[in-house]
Amino acid sequence: MTEATFALALVLLLLAPLAIAGVALINTGLGRSRSAAQALLGNLAIVAVAAIAFAIVGATLAGPMGGAGHVFHLAGRPWNWLGTGPFLLNGLSSAPAQAQLGLLFEFLAVAMAALIPWGSGTDRLRLTAGCAMAAVLAAFVFPLVAHWVWAGGWLSQLGVDFSLGSGFLDPAGAGTIHVLGGLSALAVVWVAGPRRGKFPQGGIATAMPGHNAVYILFGCLLALAGWLAFNVAGAILWVQAPLSALPVAAINTLLSASGALAATFAVTRVRFGKPDASLCANGWLAGLVTSSACAPIVTPIEALIVGIVAGIVTPLLVEVLELAVSIDDPSGAITVHAAGGVWGLIAAGIFAPQAGQLIAQLVGIAALLGLVLPLAYLLFWLVDRVVPFRVDSDGERIGMDLHELGGGAYPEFVIHRDDSYR
Amino acid sequence: MKFAGLLVMPAGFFLSIAALVLFPAPNAAARGAFVLCGLAVEALGLVVAVRGHMEAQGKSRL
Repeated sequence: MTEATFALALVLLLLAPLAIAGVALINTGLGRSRSAAQALLGNLAIVAVAAIAFAIVGATLAGPMGGAGHVFHLAGRPWNWLGTGPFLLNGLSSAPAQAQLGLLFEFLAVAMAALIPWGSGTDRLRLTAGCAMAAVLAAFVFPLVAHWVWAGGWLSQLGVDFSLGSGFLDPAGAGTIHVLGGLSALAVVWVAGPRRGKFPQGGIATAMPGHNAVYILFGCLLALAGWLAFNVAGAILWVQAPLSALPVAAINTLLSASGALAATFAVTRVRFGKPDASLCANGWLAGLVTSSACAPIVTPIEALIVGIVAGIVTPLLVEVLELAVSIDDPSGAITVHAAGGVWGLIAAGIFAPQAGQLIAQLVGIAALLGLVLPLAYLLFWLVDRVVPFRVDSDGERIGMDLHELGGGAYPEFVIHRDDSYR
Repeated sequence: MKFAGLLVMPAGFFLSIAALVLFPAPNAAARGAFVLCGLAVEALGLVVAVRGHMEAQGKSRL
């Protein structure tokens, strides 16, 4: 890596937290006003806890780029399944420049992945539970996947060991961040249950709209800036894209999001008579998530098509999960991050020129779905026995702000009772 | 029922891994089909888990 490339990647990674800020704003805006301060403080606390847990445990298990790992042999092939990084980031300052950048990318990625389930548990998840959940994700679940995909693990070696294209490609974390975060969100929703009054006995699901569309839509704009940085930095670090390929990756990111927004705008316009702001935000975010998988791999037209498909599916799947499957996911994270990420990974396999790339992507998706969801659910279920996820019914009634912080985000507002949503 | 579904999902993952070991590189069609079977088993497990969630939800509606 040249000094210019190193400097560019470092500057991009310093801009990537804008994506985290965007997702935090969206999580907060999609919750209720009486829980807004707790939601935003939770986002901040989760980033902090995830960073600390990753530094203490996770970075060791994830291992450095190109470093050694725990390997077993099966059918004559090596299976590198767990990293062996230095304990407590020992010797980091003398590590190769690219390995240091890779670690910085992973720190930002784990913060983003841990934020995703917090949005799904909004309005009923306690702060301590959010922190415990972030610690578990950052210490044990994320490092496993990060090692497999980015640090020379078995998924990244599928091309070398099994002639499957270039191995599992996930340049900016569609699988490692978003599918992992989205599946963890499903596990959190299952463990915590729905908000009180969301699914009344004998009736259809109660609409509980987000309290601030301005937060949500401004969060989308912030997320775009951060995603551009994430995707271009990921292209440099994980697929060794040349400098000349980086503007295309950035354009593809914008096109995916734009195509998804246009499609969601049209679908909600046809479905409800008027475009829906929060669903459009979900569509935009789903487009960005798909671009995490394929921005440096596809052509601009292909990126647009991938985004349009994501934008069509997102509002429909959000509705199905809420109305048909009784899943209360206020931020839509399961659809946006899990389903959007899976579609992006498949699209990268479809449009990549290498033979066998689609199979490599499918094997990666099988690993994420088959291991991450059961593991996350089991760990969260165990954590819930020690640190209860859900606030008591009185806390939910008066709002998470008053219950957990002793003061609201908007002291001059009148707090609505649950009945006012019917 | 939810736990049963979640236990089925790793079985699908191991099927996908078996596809890599059992079918050599030139046999891409068989390998791809086997990987898809693994994903189908995972989808089945997910559906069972979701059904389990829906049943539990129906019993505890507030």
